[in-house]
Amino acid sequence: MRWLDERTGIFHLADEALNEPIPGGARWSYVFGSGLLYILLSQIVTGVFLAMYYVASADHAHTTIEYITKVVTAGSFLRSLHSYGSSAMVVTLLVHMGQTYFFGSYKGRREILWLSGLGLFGLVILMAFTGYLLPWDQKAYFATAVGTNIAGEVPLVGNWIKELLRGGTEMGTLTLSRFFVAHVFLIPSCIFLFVGLHVYLFRKAGSAGPVSEHPIMPQQKAEQFYPKQVLMDIAFATVLIGTLGLLAYLYPVGLGPKANPADTSFLPRPEWYYLPMFQWLKYWSGAYSVIGIVVIPGIIALILVVLPFLDRRLERRPWKRPVASFSFAIVFCALLFLGWQSNYQDTNDPSVAKQITKQDSLANAFMTSPFVPEVVGGSTANAAAALSPAAKAGKGVFLDNSCDQCHGENGEGTDKAPALLGAADKLGPDTLVDRLLHPTKKASDAGMDPVDVSDSEFHELVAFLQSLKK
Amino acid sequence: MARKSKEEVTDNRSSNEIQQRAPIPTNGRSAHDASHLEMTSGHEHTAAGGTLGAAESVARRRFLGWFLGIGTVGVAGALSVPLFRFAIDPLLRVSQETEWTDLGSVDDLGDLSTPQKKTISITQLDGWRKVNSEKVVYVIKGADGQPAVLTAVCPHLGCSVKYVDDDHQFKCPCHGGKFAATGKLISGPPPRDMDSLESKIEEGHLKVRYQSFRNLVKTKEVMA
Repeated sequence: MRWLDERTGIFHLADEALNEPIPGGARWSYVFGSGLLYILLSQIVTGVFLAMYYVASADHAHTTIEYITKVVTAGSFLRSLHSYGSSAMVVTLLVHMGQTYFFGSYKGRREILWLSGLGLFGLVILMAFTGYLLPWDQKAYFATAVGTNIAGEVPLVGNWIKELLRGGTEMGTLTLSRFFVAHVFLIPSCIFLFVGLHVYLFRKAGSAGPVSEHPIMPQQKAEQFYPKQVLMDIAFATVLIGTLGLLAYLYPVGLGPKANPADTSFLPRPEWYYLPMFQWLKYWSGAYSVIGIVVIPGIIALILVVLPFLDRRLERRPWKRPVASFSFAIVFCALLFLGWQSNYQDTNDPSVAKQITKQDSLANAFMTSPFVPEVVGGSTANAAAALSPAAKAGKGVFLDNSCDQCHGENGEGTDKAPALLGAADKLGPDTLVDRLLHPTKKASDAGMDPVDVSDSEFHELVAFLQSLKK
Repeated sequence: MARKSKEEVTDNRSSNEIQQRAPIPTNGRSAHDASHLEMTSGHEHTAAGGTLGAAESVARRRFLGWFLGIGTVGVAGALSVPLFRFAIDPLLRVSQETEWTDLGSVDDLGDLSTPQKKTISITQLDGWRKVNSEKVVYVIKGADGQPAVLTAVCPHLGCSVKYVDDDHQFKCPCHGGKFAATGKLISGPPPRDMDSLESKIEEGHLKVRYQSFRNLVKTKEVMA
């Protein structure tokens, strides 16, 4: 250890990390910040492993998630852990932020610390939003369609933002690629930066201690971070991750049928923590919607941003800060009410309740059906893409001579003439040539004329016919 | 604390604030614990008022360190079990039996005085997809006079062996392996003869079961 320390200075580093003084001593109420770090760690690890099987493309994403969920060992567990982890992240973050606000821990030269925390909040919300689309099932698709439309409400640049997010005017495979890149590369790198900044600034400002403590010059007896607070933090993290693991094991997260944009009856419902916002949007219609969607949330966000600059008093006790405490309580109750209202409306409107029950049962039916692998290279369309040059030229001859009129564009056959798939293999080259030059009576009665093309074209045509496999 | 007490006391607001407010004692539990644990180590802090002896405290911290270390390793170890199983999942899958592929009517094969090249299409499970892939085989006249089937995959390093009519030999384009028209090794680096595939004749049609074999070994071994 000494050898290692002389070269790396880990003892000093550990001292720095562990001997942080906590005014007023260790408390259970301080565990949420480090709890978030542990959830983040779990999200990174599970996320990286999920990416081992996931493909971000509209035609494969759903299949690969289905494969992870139904086939891969421990796949359902890890995916559920990642999914429950995102909920836990949002909840713990709200507790952490609410506590910082309520306890006045943002006061006393902690403006940038607070701002970096707000930045992290925004990034986590974006992570939840972008991650939700990736399975590309019905609810993912429609929730994102709604979400990107909300972004479209922003004045002046809204439409541009919407198209930038979607990679076009409509949702499609480009939307999925963009969301994947944002979810896996862009937002996480910002999160790493902000976490580093946040932790650094926290250590610079020092732990704020209990609400009775002075935010700049702590008066109370301090206790070091290690061992008691470390033990509490780790105990909390263990319980948290353990609970998530148990949830993931006992109640695995489901997957609905693949996204079907043509389904007009589908009722999109966002993840539960977005329900208050979802409900809120119902109250704003027409020209006023911009107020509800952009202006009011914008004002709330702005208040949060300028909060530590406006509120310069160093008083931290909530009962001495009635305005702050009451507005906190009002917003909190409003969110609870909106969430409850959304759920209430869904369960009390018979047609909505019926549709949602139907969607749930469809999702359940899909979850219990066995996994069916995607077939590649077998379809006629794929076969055409992999033709040899001669066969490709032969296809031109095939089309020029209107063979496709009766035998189908890819030789799949129509009601006028049989399929040609596998015919060349069955007949052998000599018989094939013979049949082309001298159609059978049955064929010529049905309208098949002898093939009359140049020698080279004839060879190409034969190559094409031979490429048509069953 | 040294770090913080150095901060400007000149800030009027903060000093007023301190005077306004009498220190409020913390609740009993943490105050008690704090008096036991505070300032027992650390370079920049002077040991003040610790009730535990220094040696005892170091021992306690060391014990907690081990406790935490072992606990963390244990929890991380438990969590990495599903991760590990998830990652090695493809290795746990047993490859399914390949099906018989029809090579066409035996009568169409002719007398097989020279090997006949056939391209077959087999369906393989590739993770979450089913792939139809093309494989090349050669139909030759076996020792018993019946058609036999050789895979074109060279037992050396897996290149595709080609039959050269003029030389009446199979030649590997990569490293110069040469085989007789029967698939018997003549010269070059390959460790064994060309691999024959299981075949049968059913209702006048030759059928083959395509398999892959381990490279670079003396005896033919089916790859799992």
